[in-house]
Amino acid sequence: MKLELCGITKRFGALVANDAIDLVIEPGEIHALLGENGAGKSTLMNVLYGLYTADEGHIELDGVKQNFSGPGDAMAAGIGMVHQHFMLIPVFTVAENVALGHEPTKALGIMDLATARKNVIEISDRFGFNVDPDALIEDLPVGVQQRVEIIKALSRDAKVLVLDEPTAVLTPQETDELMEIMRQLAKSGTSIVFITHKLREVKAVADRITVIRLGKVVGTAQPDASTSELASLMVGREVMLTVDKKLATPGKVVLEVDHVSVLDDRLQKAVNDVSFQVHEGEILALAGVQGNGQTELAEFLLGLRKPWGKEGKSSLNGKEITNATVRQSLDSGLGFIPEDRKTDGLVSEFSIAENLMLNSSYKSRFTKGLNINFAARKKIANELIEEFDVRTPSAETPASKLSGGNQQKVVVARELSREIKLLIASQPTRGVDVGSIEFIHERIIAERDAGKAVVLISTELDEVLALADRIAVMYRGKIVGVVGPTTSREDLGKLMAGVTA
Amino acid sequence: MSDLNKTDNMTSQVMKEILSGGLLRTVIAIVLGFLVGAIFMIGSNKEFVESLAYIFARPGDAFSAAAAVVGDGYGALFKGSIYNFDADTFEKAIRPLTETLRLGAPLIAAGLGIGLTFRVGLFNIGGTGQLIFGMIFATYVATRVELPMVLHMVVALIAGIVGAALLGALVGFLKARTGAHEVILTIMMNYIALYFFTFLMRNPDLLQESRATGNPKADAAAETALFPKLLGDSYSLHWGLIFALIAVVVFWWLMERSTIGFRLRMVGFNPDAARAAGINVEKTYILAMALSAGFVGVAAANQSLGVAVGVTPSAHANIGFDAITVALLGGSSGPGILLAGLLFGAFKAGSPSMQVIGVSPEVLGIVQGAIVLFIAAPPLIRAIFRLPKPQTTNALGEMRRRIFVKGGAK
Repeated sequence: MKLELCGITKRFGALVANDAIDLVIEPGEIHALLGENGAGKSTLMNVLYGLYTADEGHIELDGVKQNFSGPGDAMAAGIGMVHQHFMLIPVFTVAENVALGHEPTKALGIMDLATARKNVIEISDRFGFNVDPDALIEDLPVGVQQRVEIIKALSRDAKVLVLDEPTAVLTPQETDELMEIMRQLAKSGTSIVFITHKLREVKAVADRITVIRLGKVVGTAQPDASTSELASLMVGREVMLTVDKKLATPGKVVLEVDHVSVLDDRLQKAVNDVSFQVHEGEILALAGVQGNGQTELAEFLLGLRKPWGKEGKSSLNGKEITNATVRQSLDSGLGFIPEDRKTDGLVSEFSIAENLMLNSSYKSRFTKGLNINFAARKKIANELIEEFDVRTPSAETPASKLSGGNQQKVVVARELSREIKLLIASQPTRGVDVGSIEFIHERIIAERDAGKAVVLISTELDEVLALADRIAVMYRGKIVGVVGPTTSREDLGKLMAGVTA
Repeated sequence: MSDLNKTDNMTSQVMKEILSGGLLRTVIAIVLGFLVGAIFMIGSNKEFVESLAYIFARPGDAFSAAAAVVGDGYGALFKGSIYNFDADTFEKAIRPLTETLRLGAPLIAAGLGIGLTFRVGLFNIGGTGQLIFGMIFATYVATRVELPMVLHMVVALIAGIVGAALLGALVGFLKARTGAHEVILTIMMNYIALYFFTFLMRNPDLLQESRATGNPKADAAAETALFPKLLGDSYSLHWGLIFALIAVVVFWWLMERSTIGFRLRMVGFNPDAARAAGINVEKTYILAMALSAGFVGVAAANQSLGVAVGVTPSAHANIGFDAITVALLGGSSGPGILLAGLLFGAFKAGSPSMQVIGVSPEVLGIVQGAIVLFIAAPPLIRAIFRLPKPQTTNALGEMRRRIFVKGGAK
């Protein structure tokens, strides 16, 4: 079945998530949709799946215009979706899960589990899935659960299968198995839309690649395109923003990280024997495609994750913080802008003023004994709102009512107004409007010029090049190179793809 | 002119909040609860049922029977809980009100405890167990320790608070250490506490009254440990009310004004952000459970030290569970819980006089349950009265979201 998306535009308020996207998926093709988080891939697929209605444009299947008002319509038309988070019931068996929603029944509405089992076995055998229909979902490894999701879609006669970041939860071996499955499916005529930001996988499995950036298709490529070419397409060629900055004047070492390894939630080594130093008055950017250990490294520095093994050490101004708690790290002068402000940076039910004292609730300028110093808090909040240009009716407005850019300014204001020696800024401008990006960038430079050490973690090459004094590129948990700020995009792209000179 | 506009603006703001928020819904829930109770009273009334047989011939009979029974029933509730106009003297007429205050006091204190856990995103079902532990400690000090006047009472009160808090802290500790769910833990602790208490009261070396013959019963609290009467000997109202009111003030300060409460609320709303802000979330759970149980401990002391009669295993009077409904009705805020506790205290005070006129006092239990049902299921009320969706998320709303949307308290 040939799938065509024609001029799909989807807006959320002022934000254009998809901007006139055209996409053609040929029958039996594995079509990779490549782009950073927030590029608009998932929005596009949700439009396809009937979860969102497009503001403009339409969807065609085999040349016939479709009108999906929900996932049910999309499924009936032959579109199947495997979400990043599986929609399975853990205490049901594989067969029961596959049957769920359109259970085959016998007389009197008794469920015909035998038919359901037969379905599973048939599909599983056809593609070599090796799935036991009677196993309970909760007993299966993640990779097999994903296959159950695929079986579920296929059992509903899906001709187009959308896999949303399918490898994000898989181990490398499971990823290889999944890619084998994808090839099998394509051979049998199923079209596959493979959403990812991992270049290696795209090159290994895709027939065609469409790169999306900031809601627009920025290019198509064949899988034999070089990784650096793909990487630079993905993070953007043109410089969007420039920041005036003086030459850095680095002082003494502030942060020292020495042979640190960190495990992720799946107990895989996400950070592998990393060492680096950051000096006063310097911005070190940790660049790299997302998911190469930056998140875990940042969480380790804050104290949210413990190091793996015994040899890893980190110190702040000569004081060891390897096993420090978050509070100890914060107290010893670490400022932290988390990559996901909604989960880690803000309490959205709290007012701006409350959010500004989030990590200063022990002894601080916000407190008076065990009391909150409401007068001081109000004064500080109003000053910071003014200084950081937070657009809000008042300091008592809940953070949830602010736009993304203003929320981020609250986080930045909180961290920069504390007495810090080191700032760790993780994706400080993700999902932030252009005006706020500029403002936040200027503030980060100002911190550097005031003699603070800054670690900038960013997957945006523009941001890295605009701000960094030195760039350390991370790939698969390792720092594969530390280069100067004038390094070409092509060279950075190569490093980000794991190609070392 | 501008002042006028401002006032006008403020009024409309207040109106908006009432309409979208909790107060109006709470009032509606209470009214609806009473309506449900009325239906039960009517349905169980003999005259009304008999008049149904000829309802088409003389519908008036059925209506007047219905009106009479509801009027009598709720009239008795009023007379039994607020003001008895049949009494010959003013002193006697206001006695029901003092009973409401006396019976409401432990509900307020325990309600504060349960409300505290709601604010931290926990669900403490263990009010009963914590109350009993507090009673064990308070009763022990009140019956087995000799101390001078006042001091004895203060020590017994503190013992009650500490005893309850210890059990609460244990639950918090088990949750933090093992990840066990606090709902399961507290329910099981309820059983353990109740039977442990009974066991203690069966042993004369421990808590059993010397004269008791095999029945589980403790000695009466020593006179030095009893809460003094508040309005002289003609009323049973005692200092338990004062302690409950102090608890309300402490709760308000703790949750709204102090940095401790700030952190508790932070963990309740967003444990991830709290963790990233340097808060030890596990320790906060332990602290929250201990503080929660500590408030329940005030109610425990009230039960042990309020009357000069030895406690029995049923002396917990179901306060631990009623406190959950009080906290829900009160929206987990100090003033709200104060009012909700008084309402349910009035139910307790008024039920005997309903029984006297032949209305089964279980109706009040139904009213109580119905009120909380309407409170806890706001979409129901919104659907009935076409109210707008609430705009603000308060702690209770957050709790509801967890219970009703996510399918279980976290």
